Amino acid sequence: MASSEGQQHPIGLYLKIWALLFVLSTLSYLVDYFHFQGLLRWSLIVVFMLLKAGLIVSIFMHLAWERLAMVYAILLPPLCLLVLMGLMAAEADYVHFSRVLFFGANGG
Amino acid sequence: MNDRSEGRAGSGWQNIYRDWASDKDAFKQVPWGKAMMWIFLVSDTFVFSSFLIGYMSVRMTTTEPWPVPSEVFALTIAGQSIPLILIAIMTFILISSSGTMAMAVNFGYRRNRVATAVLLLVTALLGASFVGMQAFEWTKLIHEGVRPWGNPMGAPQFGAAFFTITGFHGMHVSIGVLYLLVVAIKVLRGDLDRVGNYQLVEIAGLYWHFVDLVWVFIFAFFYLW
Repeated sequence: MASSEGQQHPIGLYLKIWALLFVLSTLSYLVDYFHFQGLLRWSLIVVFMLLKAGLIVSIFMHLAWERLAMVYAILLPPLCLLVLMGLMAAEADYVHFSRVLFFGANGG
Repeated sequence: MNDRSEGRAGSGWQNIYRDWASDKDAFKQVPWGKAMMWIFLVSDTFVFSSFLIGYMSVRMTTTEPWPVPSEVFALTIAGQSIPLILIAIMTFILISSSGTMAMAVNFGYRRNRVATAVLLLVTALLGASFVGMQAFEWTKLIHEGVRPWGNPMGAPQFGAAFFTITGFHGMHVSIGVLYLLVVAIKVLRGDLDRVGNYQLVEIAGLYWHFVDLVWVFIFAFFYLW
């Protein structure tokens, strides 16, 4: 088995990714620190989050170097969760309306 | 199909359907333990995502204003209130632990027994300090009257979401610390040199990076949103 030696990458690669993760975390903290609001805030948060997640999964977890058959087996199933998210978001107005209707404005 | 073409780490759909249609193992050249860890992590992804989607649901549907995380999690240092500072420090600690973990895996594959063990212990120590800060944060919030069923700042669902999500994540970190200590002991004893490979370290690393990954999402959605 050729891969019994596992993943061999230069240490420098990990240090660079580490530094990059620090920078991205600082940036996302600054989004809060400078009180960005609205669409700008949400899009910045999501962009930094996805960049961080991508770096961790692809480099630290070595997914960038795994066989595609496994990469897809890992990355595709969680997409179902987007459906659940969509359903819950679509129901939100109705649930909110029901809360107000049955519990009153302060009924939580 | 001979062994050589099976072993080739290729790209493209041809390789995917060849791997999946081969009536044997689908994950060729992937050690069994690593494939199983990945499958566990995919299932864990569903657990954490369901929690986060549940949090999204209550936050979108609650009739009371959601407490502002930036203020709830502010700390007063030297007379100045700094928003989210503890959470930011926890984030940097967890990222650093991921960094040392990645280095541990790397040194493992270089057969550097002592460096691997030391880096694993540093990772475990950073993880333990993360859990310590989380305990501090929980204590602070509980003193301020935050409960799973209500709190003085606003929407009562805040506490339920907070304790469930961070509690489950903290439990993962705690178990990860124990896991890393076990692996570090095995490395120090030279078990992995006798087996002839350091895959055990990489598999533990997958778990640890996943815990860091989950925190990235919790940080974005719960603390920053």
